[in-house]
Order: sequence, then structure tokens, then C-alpha cells
Amino acid sequence: MTTKTLYDKLWDKHLVDELPDGNSLIYIDRHILHEVTSPQAFSGLRQHQRSVWRSDANIAVPDHAVPTRNRELGVAGISDLVARRQVERLTKNCQDFAIPLFTLDDARQGIVHVIGPEQGLTLPGMTIVCGDSHTATHGAFATLAMGIGTSDVEHVLATQTLKARKQKNMRVLFQGKLADGITPKDLIMALIGRIGTDGGTGYAIEYAGSAIRSLSMEGRMTICNMSIEAGARAGMVAYDQVTQDYVSGRPYAPEGDMLRTARDVWRGLVTDDGASFEREEQFDIDGISPQVTWGTSPEMVCGIEEQVPDLANVSNSGVASSYSRAMDYMGLKSGQPLKGLPIDKVFIGSCTNARIEDLRAVAQLVSGHKVSKRVRSALIVPGSGQVRLQAEREGLATVFTEAGFDWRSAGCSMCLGMNDDRLLEGERCASTSNRNFEGRQGKGGRTHLMSPVMAAAAAIAGEISDVREFQ
Amino acid sequence: MQAFTIHSGTIIPFNRRNIDTDAIVPKQYLKMLDKTGFGGFLFDDERYLDPGDVEVPLSSRRPNPEFILNQPPFDQGSILLAQGNFGCGSSREHAVWALYDFGIRVVIAPSFGEIFYNNAFNNGLLPIILDQAIVDELFESSQKAPGKVISVDLENTVIKGSGSERWTFAIEEGRKQSLLQGLDEIGMTLEKAAKIKAFEDNLRNAEPWLFS
Repeated sequence: MTTKTLYDKLWDKHLVDELPDGNSLIYIDRHILHEVTSPQAFSGLRQHQRSVWRSDANIAVPDHAVPTRNRELGVAGISDLVARRQVERLTKNCQDFAIPLFTLDDARQGIVHVIGPEQGLTLPGMTIVCGDSHTATHGAFATLAMGIGTSDVEHVLATQTLKARKQKNMRVLFQGKLADGITPKDLIMALIGRIGTDGGTGYAIEYAGSAIRSLSMEGRMTICNMSIEAGARAGMVAYDQVTQDYVSGRPYAPEGDMLRTARDVWRGLVTDDGASFEREEQFDIDGISPQVTWGTSPEMVCGIEEQVPDLANVSNSGVASSYSRAMDYMGLKSGQPLKGLPIDKVFIGSCTNARIEDLRAVAQLVSGHKVSKRVRSALIVPGSGQVRLQAEREGLATVFTEAGFDWRSAGCSMCLGMNDDRLLEGERCASTSNRNFEGRQGKGGRTHLMSPVMAAAAAIAGEISDVREFQ
Repeated sequence: MQAFTIHSGTIIPFNRRNIDTDAIVPKQYLKMLDKTGFGGFLFDDERYLDPGDVEVPLSSRRPNPEFILNQPPFDQGSILLAQGNFGCGSSREHAVWALYDFGIRVVIAPSFGEIFYNNAFNNGLLPIILDQAIVDELFESSQKAPGKVISVDLENTVIKGSGSERWTFAIEEGRKQSLLQGLDEIGMTLEKAAKIKAFEDNLRNAEPWLFS
């Protein structure tokens, strides 16, 4: 029998047809929609008088441009009328095409990649797509999950399939144990620093190794989430007991006999011994430091004790010019240390790091401390309404507000600044999100990506700090 | 989908790596509901000196004279030349709509972000991957002689410049045919509806939990 990788298995299981032109049609089990990348797809359906193939395979939720305050007002609480119109359009599209929707005032509302797993809408063995590049998050559940554009959103709505080409297999083996102060975010950021933002282009990445096996589902999601920042549309982790425990009892997960049957199938969602990968990266995590980005691409990253690169040591002229441009934008100098850099804002949130485990770690760190007076705004935005409720039940929210953090309602928020949570020109931010592009969090804003505990330490100190030295 | 056969146009040499889709079209314009009207917002953060938003009229904006798209002859260009990993980042198809609406028909780079690459084909925008050495050569010649015109022939997968300049490029056959004919991808897939239905029925029987 031929040996297969997890990706091969997921692909083969969903292969509807191989087309003569080399493409394939892949059946899609779950499609998640949000307000920003779907309106044009629904317009396309109407224009061609097409229907939705299978309404119940879809789930919609507004998350990208929604305010994180005044949530009790529902849609009426969206003061940006253009954004409000888009959320209203999503509601109408869902009504017209009978697509299940978590509305803004629903306690299940939240970021697409947080609510799927949380509700059990994300199940092992699925193919999952969404008009959002961070869809690989769901790969943590041994799924094939990919971000797609709006034309493909329309294609999936109409046909329940995606036209795709099979990727090459890549495995990243994270070996070792997470030291104190080191988080899954640091692992994926270090990987991106090593292989670059196009290192995974053309590959589906499987994350494996002892470090991955010992991570919670939340941690695995953080790692899979940033696959796209390594160039890969899909990232995944094999099924195990941790996956099984997380899925059990979720609202949309199977129960009873069906769950037992499902588990028998799910246990096969692992890479076969001896299966081959076109590319493999070994990563010994024992010596790793907390990671911080210094530039305007996620690959411009280093350990907290390191410095902005010294341009004199960069030989490639293309790289030197992009480094130099990034330093100008970030207001940093060649060779400058990152530690001690004063910050203006803190953002703890996003589909990368806004789950309950992230918030628990932050609360533990900031309990009894105060956000530095130097910091103009320190936002904590939970990934979903459920995470928000849980944090309130556990008393985390009180810890946050007592420390001086601004505790908000769920959404993408300042990760992309589509709502009014954003950076002003020149503001420097310690952020737990996934992109530090120019203007990402607001025109002229300067983003330093890092883990939730590093962002929390920065908030208290008022400057970029090493969480391992935090007292 | 818009067909693409042959296109001649002026090269816009945008010598930068990792041009992300946030830079191509910033977030505030993602609140729009249609696929058209994004051209004025292409590279908005760099193209204008003042901040823009959906309801700020373009006529009131202050163009940045330093930015390449505001400089003749590049403001009339239709072939964007860039460095590696063009279109990385967000899946926003708005980036492709903005390039197309501005008048860009071809983007040439050593590599592309995968989602962008796919989105481009779905909208009649041709992304061409060329070796770094050829890209560098094109940068050199188009910077030396601003306004350099090249011709891209998709059928024969060849790019022609002045005189004897001629480069071939590779493209997947399926993508090429779709683009040449401007095929309706969804319509084509729906011709296989019976096959999809049969697959779905089998999957539903084998793994009913995927359907609950």
C-alpha cells in the first residue's frame, strides 16, 4: 500500500474529479462567510440566477468591520454607515439564500476562525474554505482549510466545490519543549523568519514533532493560522487525543454513536509512517527567544534580545533596499535594539491570538499591575462572544479592566483596522495579530508583532520588553 | 470572466519585493459592495498625500508626485513589473479589481502570493512568473527608457520587446485556456453537477457527521 501524508489523505478523500487541464475539483464540507468578501459573490449568483448548492454547509458571521463597542445596539451600533450597509447586506444575502448566520448581537458571534472550532462547525477531516487568508487556522483539526478570493466564494456557494491544484507536501518538525515565556506564536514567527514569507509558497504544510503534540488546540490554531505568512495557503496538524477532547461536546459536533463512528475515521487523519515530503524543516525550539518583528513583513523578525539588522552586513541589494525602506517606515535605525522601544498602543486580539488560553496567560501576567501611562490605548478584543463570556466568568475581564486595559467585544478589530480601532500616523503598537505591513493597522502606523504575553509585558512596561524578565 | 489574448502596453517598473494586497488596496475600501470603482484607490496609501475613504471624492485628494503611478508615462501604463512575492497577504480580491480597474492587464514578477495569483486569473488579469534574471533585465531596460512598451501574447506564451527582445513564459494549460476564452468557471463546473451530487451522496452515507 502506498503511504500518504495527512494532506494527501484529505485531498484524496475530497477529490470529485480530475480535470483534463491538470486542475481538480475538490468537495468543500464547510464554507465560512463574512461581510467583507462575500457581497460580490452573492451578486454574481443573482446575476446568473444561480442558487446555493447546499445552504447548511455554510455559516456566516460579521466580524471584519464591526465595532468592538456598543454591541448591545446590534447593527444600529455600527456608526460607520458604509460598514453598516455591508453587514445589512450579509444579513439579507443569508436570508435570501437560507444560509445560517450568527448576527452581531448573537453570543456566538466572533471572528470566523474562532467561531468555527468553538461551535464544532470545524470537524476533523473536513475541507474548509473562507474568503479570508487565515483560514488555515482550522487546519489544527486535521482539516484541509484554505483562504479563497471572492470569485471562488461564489464558485463554492454555487457548486460546493473548489477548483484547485494539488500542492506539494512540506513538513515542519518542531522538536523540544516550550520554555517559560515562549508561546506557539514564537514558534511560527521564528519559522517565518527562517524560511521567509514565500518559503511555503506552493506547499501545504504539516506541523509535527514533539512540541506540536504537547500543544493545546488553541496553540496549534495559532501556528496553523500564520501559515499564509509563510506563503502556504494550508497548514495542518494530525489528529490525536487533544483534538478529540476539544471537539467533544461542541454544539455542532456529532454525539453518541455517530461520534464513536466519527472517531474511528478521525483516528486515521495522520501521516503514514514513511510517507514522503518534498520539503522538510527541522526546528529545535529549545534555544528560541520571544520573537518580535522589527519591520514591515512578518519575515522581518528577531529574538527580543537581538537588534534591527545592521545594513552593513546585508549583501543582497534587493534585501538591503527593502530593509532600509522598512526601517524608515518603522522609525528605526540599522542595528538598533528592540528592547526598550517605547510603544503608544497595545492590541491583544485577532484570529491568531484571541482565544481563552491567550487571555488567561495575559491575565496571569498583568494581574496586580497597571498599563503604563505612556500607553495611549491598550485593547483586549476577545475572538468571540463565547470567549468574552468565558473570560468574564473566570474573572479575567476584571483583571484586565483593573489593570487599565480596554475590554471590548469580539471582532477582527485592530488587526486590520477596518473599524475605528486603528493606529494613527507614526504610532507604535505591540500587537498579537499576524501582519505588520505598512498601513495594516492604520495609515502610517508601526506594528510590532509578538505573543500575547509579550504584548502584555509591553503594555505594563510601556516599552518592548522581554517577558522572561518581567517581575 | 474577462478574456485575455494579446496585450501591448507600457511597463510600470515598481521595484519592490513583497508588495502585499493591503498596499494594493487598503482596508477602508473593502466596505464597498461591488467589484468596480476600485481603480482610483489602487495603492491609495502611497499614491495620495492625504488619507482617503470610500466617500471622500477622488477629485479632492492630493496625489503624491513621488509615486510612480502619478508620473507620466507610467500613469498610462498597463503592465506592472514587480519583485518577488507580489500580492502576498490578505485574500482580498479587491486588489485584483483595483489593478484591473486602473487599467493593469499584466503583472510580471519572479513569484506571487498564491491566493492573489488565483484571483487574478478569475478576473482576466494575467500574472506572469519570470526568472529573476529576466525580471532584473526588464527593470533595467524599462528604467533606462521610461515608457518601454512590450507585447504579451498568451496563446504563444511569449513576450516581445523592442528589436529582437523576446522572452517565453510558462503557464498551466488549464489557466491559459480559461483566460484565452474568458470561460465561465462556475458554468463549467455545473456541467458536472451529477458527478458532484453522486460524490456528495457517497460522502453523506460514509460520514454523515459532515452534513449535520
